[in-house]
Amino acid sequence: MNIFDLLQFTLFLVLLIITAPPLGKFMALIYQGEKTWLHWPLQWLERLAYRVGGVDEKKDMDWKEYAKSLMLFNVLGILVLFFFQMLQGSLPFNPQNMPTVSWHSAINTAVSFVTNTNWQGYSGEVTMSYFTQMTFLAVQNFLSAAVGISVAIAVTRGITRKSTKGIGNFWADLTRSTIYVLLPLSIIFTILLVGQGVVQTFSPYLDVMTLEGVKQTIPMGPAASQVAIKMLGTNGGGFFNANAAHPFENPTALSNFLQMLAIFLIPAALTYTYGSMTNARKHGWIIFGTMMGLFIVLTSLSLYSEFQTGIMEGKETRFGIFNSVFFSAVTTSASCGAVNAMHSSLSPLSGGIAIFNMMLGEIVFGGVGAGLYGMLLFILLTVFMAGLMVGRTPEYLGKKIEGREMMMVVLAILAPCAVILVGTAISSVSSFGLSSLTNKEPHGFSEILYAFSSATANNGSAFAGLNANVPYYNIMLSLAMMVGRFAIILPLLAVAGSLAQKKQSPASSGTFEVDTPLFAVLLVGVILIVGALTFLPALTLGPIVEHFLMIRGQTF
Amino acid sequence: MKHIISSVRIMIFFTILCGLVYPLAMTGLAQVFFKEKANGSLLSKGGEYIGSELLSQKFEKPGYFWPRPSAVTYNPLPSGGTNLGPTSEALKVLAMDRRLKLKESHPGSGEPPQHLVFASASGLDPHINMDSALYQVQRISASRSLNPDDIMNLIKKKLKSRQLGFLGEETVNVLELNLALDGI
Repeated sequence: MNIFDLLQFTLFLVLLIITAPPLGKFMALIYQGEKTWLHWPLQWLERLAYRVGGVDEKKDMDWKEYAKSLMLFNVLGILVLFFFQMLQGSLPFNPQNMPTVSWHSAINTAVSFVTNTNWQGYSGEVTMSYFTQMTFLAVQNFLSAAVGISVAIAVTRGITRKSTKGIGNFWADLTRSTIYVLLPLSIIFTILLVGQGVVQTFSPYLDVMTLEGVKQTIPMGPAASQVAIKMLGTNGGGFFNANAAHPFENPTALSNFLQMLAIFLIPAALTYTYGSMTNARKHGWIIFGTMMGLFIVLTSLSLYSEFQTGIMEGKETRFGIFNSVFFSAVTTSASCGAVNAMHSSLSPLSGGIAIFNMMLGEIVFGGVGAGLYGMLLFILLTVFMAGLMVGRTPEYLGKKIEGREMMMVVLAILAPCAVILVGTAISSVSSFGLSSLTNKEPHGFSEILYAFSSATANNGSAFAGLNANVPYYNIMLSLAMMVGRFAIILPLLAVAGSLAQKKQSPASSGTFEVDTPLFAVLLVGVILIVGALTFLPALTLGPIVEHFLMIRGQTF
Repeated sequence: MKHIISSVRIMIFFTILCGLVYPLAMTGLAQVFFKEKANGSLLSKGGEYIGSELLSQKFEKPGYFWPRPSAVTYNPLPSGGTNLGPTSEALKVLAMDRRLKLKESHPGSGEPPQHLVFASASGLDPHINMDSALYQVQRISASRSLNPDDIMNLIKKKLKSRQLGFLGEETVNVLELNLALDGI
């Protein structure tokens, strides 16, 4: 690390702190149905959406109705993506005549984009037409992000409202997230990215004769508009196979910095939105601080490991070691899953920290919305444990936390953990699981562990040596992505519904304060204990043992 | 049932808005304001496109600067890296082999820099670092009968410093450098 790297690290954190309050406040206003300066240019679009959809956006939904509309919308999303990939060959905007996608890959990709995972078993530039990319995949980039924010907001309402069943209107939350937050930011980022050299065109691929007289085919496409939302929506699905390492997706150090910032922008601001909507600003900052603290520590460890033993394999010259590892930390903390370096070629401990980031459940800023609601699970668990220690019914922001809520919380925390471990275990001992590996021994195990962590945490990055575009992995990972998304969203909406019905209990001297650094320490403790106890054995078999074997100079 | 109908209609609405209007409008803007960049930053020589400033191409003649090794042999369809990890025997062999070949073609230049030994992430990395460029000066000057100082000056002229003074790394673009070499 040199002074420039340190400067980038610091500036990145400072920019997050500066942008969180205005953007967070703006989102709080949007979801509370208040007017903002973006209403006069855009409100007609919002109204048009409701009219086209035939929905009454003012109607409050109880948690079951909210969950039902959300699930229906997502199932429809999966069907649409699946069928249009199967029809690709006969649709327009397909200058390269890309044929129909294989059925198992189409299922995997459909689930992947709808669950905000954007795991990719395929290579964009040789599989997907421009039409499939921009009109189906990119639309789910918007919508899956909007669904994530909607859930976070619905849960927030459950905490703030009292003695009512309603937790908001799903269609209104979805529409507002897309029209007022995601779309305007995407437009700004698209323009910034094209200015750096990201391609945005409908021309067909171009054949050129290189300087040494060899034919080279240069891929094209409407990439910038998709890359902007891929980062802002923490989706991470690359337009091209090499994702953000591809010079057409991420041409310069500045485009790289902007993309990393785009990943954390909304998740960081949502902590402010949360504090603002619950009228517990300081608590919001404590959540922000907890996330940032975890991020700084884990990222520093990862950087330290790579600067000790890292090599340039799988890294781009313009990013070097610092920006490759920093990006890997951002993308795995935030459930984004875009990569600007091949994670499989990172030093074992850096790769291990990427896996650990995902195993924690993507709560270090995390996915848009998903990071906040994932963190809320751990907050409720912490409050509950603190309550048990002093022998009182735990309260959180004036709401009593009881057995019913805790059952749902624990289900949402444990289901993904179980899927990661069971999925990895089955694949590590079965021939169809092992036949896809590129690397051998501990690193091969890490490839599988990474795949299931990434799919379940809805991250989508990969130790891409694993050839996952085979029926076994396409189906297994689809299941993992579904559990990782919906086994958290549904229990949480139930918690929201249950909390909304409760009365507000006034704070007393026995109430555990959640806006102190002490709470942040406890919270970090709970997160690390759950993460470490569950996953340390698996991590030992993969990255940790590989680290020691590497030091001994062993290869496989 | 009501929600199914709403789902379908809202899906159609957003597919049109975010899947057609948005990318088409962005393409329009990009083509007006950043025509060159939006179309792949193409470079031409004698009126013919010879490649993109952003994509590496294969160079193996002794008179040219060589790029980073590529896992996809500089064919962008599709891009990608080797994904080999640090304990991979295959990577060790690859690296040893490349070191040997580099030393053979650069006698007296010492150990090759690791940028020239290890493959990039995209397989299309258009840049090398300063060390990797300097490492190749002797070979190129011998092959082209040019004064090494002229090549050195060319590299210095083409060296891009950190963006905004502190972002990223210092880089040299291989294709630009080779075009300039041909121009000497």
